[in-house]
Parts: sequence; C-alpha cells; structure tokens
Amino acid sequence: MPTREELDVVLLSLKVAAWGVAASLPIAVATAFVLARKRFPGKMLFDAAVHLPLVLPPVVVGFALLVLFGRHGPLGRLLAPLGIVFAFRWTGAALAAAVMGFPLMVRAIRLAIDAVDARLELAARTLGASRMRVFFTVTLPLAWPGLVTGALLAFARSLGEFGATITFVSNIPGETRTLPLAIYTFTQSPGEDAQALRLSILSVCLSLAALAASEWLARRPPTARRDA
Amino acid sequence: MLEVDIALRRDDFRLEARFAADAPIVALFGRSGAGKSTIVEAIAGLVRPQSGRIAVGGRVLFDSARGIDLAPEARRVGCVFQDALLFPHMSVRANLAYGEKLIAPAERFVDRGRVIELLGLGALLERRPATLSGGEKQRVALGRTLLASPRLLLLDEPLAALDAARKAEILGYIELLRDEFRLPTVYVSHAIEEVTRLADHLVLVSDGRTIAEGDVAQLLSRPDLQPPTERFEAGAVIEARVARHDERYGLTTLAFEGGELVVANLDALPGEPVRARIRSRDVALALDRPRAASFQNVLEASVESVGGEFGAIVDVQLRVGATPLVARITRESAERLGLAPGVKVHALVKAIAIDRRSVGYA
Repeated sequence: MPTREELDVVLLSLKVAAWGVAASLPIAVATAFVLARKRFPGKMLFDAAVHLPLVLPPVVVGFALLVLFGRHGPLGRLLAPLGIVFAFRWTGAALAAAVMGFPLMVRAIRLAIDAVDARLELAARTLGASRMRVFFTVTLPLAWPGLVTGALLAFARSLGEFGATITFVSNIPGETRTLPLAIYTFTQSPGEDAQALRLSILSVCLSLAALAASEWLARRPPTARRDA
Repeated sequence: MLEVDIALRRDDFRLEARFAADAPIVALFGRSGAGKSTIVEAIAGLVRPQSGRIAVGGRVLFDSARGIDLAPEARRVGCVFQDALLFPHMSVRANLAYGEKLIAPAERFVDRGRVIELLGLGALLERRPATLSGGEKQRVALGRTLLASPRLLLLDEPLAALDAARKAEILGYIELLRDEFRLPTVYVSHAIEEVTRLADHLVLVSDGRTIAEGDVAQLLSRPDLQPPTERFEAGAVIEARVARHDERYGLTTLAFEGGELVVANLDALPGEPVRARIRSRDVALALDRPRAASFQNVLEASVESVGGEFGAIVDVQLRVGATPLVARITRESAERLGLAPGVKVHALVKAIAIDRRSVGYA
C-alpha cells in the first residue's frame, strides 16, 4: 500500500494534470476549430506557434514561462494584483502541464473536427440554427471521440511533465513536487532506489487507469448532447 | 414570388443568374456543373454573391446595394440536398425536431403528426440515420426541412442518389407535399422527366448563366433552346386532361388542345390535368393517314419549320391545333416527303413511347 506521503504526491500530480487539462480544453477546442474550418492569412504561422511546445526542449518552455509569468515577468506582474500567481505554486505546475499538453490536445481535436462533414453544419444552419448552436449540437458531439482522446493525451503528458515544471516552479515538496519530480528526487539520493521504484509502479498504474477511462468515455458520447 | 438577380465569381467559375417566378414549383434545369447548385446555395445564404439581389415573397434576403445579407438561419429557406445530410448522432425523431424547435410555435404552420403520416415516418422515429435506406433518408430529410416551417423550399437534385424505383417513390411524395403544403419550391435537376412532371416554371441554366425562363411546355418546345437539353433528349410537353380509361386494354385517353392522345394505363381520375412529354425521336411523320398500322396516335399536324440544313438528322417543328410537337427524322425523309412550312402531315406516336414516368399531374 502507498504511504501517506506517496499518496499526497499522487494527489498533487492528479490535481495539477486535471486543472491543466480542464483549463486548456476550451482554448484547445476553439483553436482546433479555427485551424480545421477557417482560412485566414498567417494560418501557417499560427499553426506552427501552436505546435511549438511539441518540438522545443521542455526546459526552454519552462524558462519562457518563468520569464513571462515569474514574479517580475510582464504577465506575472499583470496578474498578481488579481490574485493569480503562478511562480513556485502548484498553479504554475498546472500551467506548465497545460502548455506542454496543448499541441497534442489540439491535434487530436482538429483531426476529429476535420472528419465532420462541414455540409452537415450548413444543413443545420438552413434549419435555423446559429453558428454557436450548430457548433454545440452538431460539430462538438460528432467530434466527441477526438475530444476525449485529446484530453487524455494531454492528461497523460501532464502526469509525466518534468522539464518545464522543474524549470518554471522548481521542486517544492507538497507544492510543485509531482510524481516525476518526486521520482527524480529519490534517484538523486543514495539508497532511495526502492522509493523511486514504488512511485514508478504507482505511475504505471495511474496511466493504465487513465487509458481505460478514456476508452470507456470515447464510446459513450454524453447523452445530454444528443438532444432528444 | 421569387426574384433572383445575382453575379458571383469563385476561382475560375462565373455565375450570372437572373430570373423571377411566381409559380408554385420553379425548376432550375441544366447539365451538371452548369451552376444550378450554386444558385441554390446563394438563395440559401451558403455562398455570398459579389453583387445582386434575392427576394422571396417581397422579403429581401440579399441586396448588395443596400448591404443586406441575411444569415442562413434567418432566411427561413429550407434545403434538401442530394445526400440527405441527416445528423448521424441523432435519432430520426431528433432529426425531425431539430429545425422545428428553433421556430416559435406561433410561426409553425406545418404539423408534425401530418408530416410523419404523409411521409410514412412513424416506424422510423427511433432509428439512426445509418440504418436507413437511401429513400428513407430522403423522406426524413424532406420531413426535417418541412418541420422548420420554411417560406421557400429548395430541392437540390433530391433524387440523384436514388435508384429508379426509389426515384419514383420520392417524386410521388414531393407531389403529395406540394399539394398539401403549397410551399413555393425551387427544384434543381438535370433529369427532364422530373422537371416536366413537377415544375410549372422552368429556368434553363447553361455555363453559369440563366439562358431562358418561362412556362415548361413552351420552353421545352422551343427549337433554339434544344442544345442545352439535347443530352436529355429533345421533345415537346403537352398539357392535357384525362378523358377516359379503357379498362379492357388498359389504355388511357388524354385530351388536349388539338386532339387526343392514347397512352398506356395512367393512374389518374378522368378530368385531372396531366402533362405528357413526347420525345421528338418517338414521332414519325406520314403525308397520308396510314391504314392498318399499330400506331395508337395519328395526329393531324402542320409543319411550322424544318431545322438543321446539314447533317443526317433534322428536327421538324409541328403544330397540332394549338399544341407544339417536334419530330426528329432523317433529312432524307424530310426531303422525300417535301416537308416545308405549311405542309399538312400526320404525326404518328406509339402509345408506349410516352414514358409513364414523364406523365405527371399538373
């Protein structure tokens, strides 16, 4: 059985990954929709920017976040009066996880939206539905499996996030020390290999559970959206 | 009243369409790629013309000069496409309800129960579109569009993806809906039988332009308009009424201005107006009334004109009383009979040459 400390690490990791995915999902859906359905100048550039975290070294992304969202960074200073602080907080770990998982999420959702016949959307509009209603009653339900896949990919990526997190918010026990950071810490101290192994096994179990959950979700679109 | 006057340019395709019609069913007729579907998309608001005006019943949907361009959802123009485009993630019932619930109850003039009954959808309500046949899908699509209470119905080649038996079935349903709901309708097709059977007003579309419009019977008999219809077989349309049935031989006699026409058994009551299309290649000509011949129809006609001075084939424009008719014969025959304007001839038409599919209720 996992110890109290191990459980805390797992719960922190789940919290960071869940918030990272939940906060970035609406933005990812909007981005995927724009990339799949709209034509505009500079689309290639926009597409490349979205994919940047996928190809950059995670440490670079973490450093960029530190520069932008650190206590003295331009965005960090802007958000601090509103009570939104990322530096050396678990929220910063969630932000790092969200940024790193974003391209994977957008890719999966974009493919799913691409596969939805755009003429179905036009048919819905001739039946009196606004763009917004068409999106929520036709496009989104039909792209649902892609949404689930994208969210899960990003969630799994977030659980494993290391480089950007440790660069941006450091390795603070109970605040930013997620599973990978905890495992890394144990491997750095002599004689703690058994601890590292226990956490690694926990990590594998977590990933398998997430995979199973996504399989189940992808098969069952939300009934509320079926619109009886 | 439907008024369309638009110009549209897209890549290397140019469309200039202008027509106005007050008929219950207006047909846009022309070859594939002529621009018929683009006209329909412009009326529905799915493509935006560069300039022009579109109005339905005095309500302006698009007017570039006044900066009016209603969104598709605000136009109240219902569309049925070649592929039914049912929502695959919803049951038939939810598909039917989709547009209906977006219309305020006070503005609904189509009753759900009546549509389900007329189109025979009762047994399909809980099914998913993927489990429906082509004809069933098209019936659901018609019902879904009607239940949105549209002010104009656009049918864009609704039969093109169906086999012959299903075509006849859906055509029957469209006639039923026309008689029940009396919705102004634009019917797009490249099949002449469908057009002659359904439409009252015809707009010919060729190479992105509307080249002629008018009454179906008159337009299809005009010799100068044969080229765009050629591939679908030139012919004349006769407006007639059912005179009587011959039960013993299964024949129906139609009366029209200038004579009578015998066709194979027609399922219509005496007195009902019908339209029959006679292909020009099915009309033979004789100077004397033939004796002991199998032709059921021997019509006294006079030659109006003989077209096409070159080539082996000529089209002879005839008039039977007030009704135009066209005979397509060889130039050799035309010269041997000495056909010229004013010559009296007998037009010979086999009863079975009058395609049952081309006879429809006017």
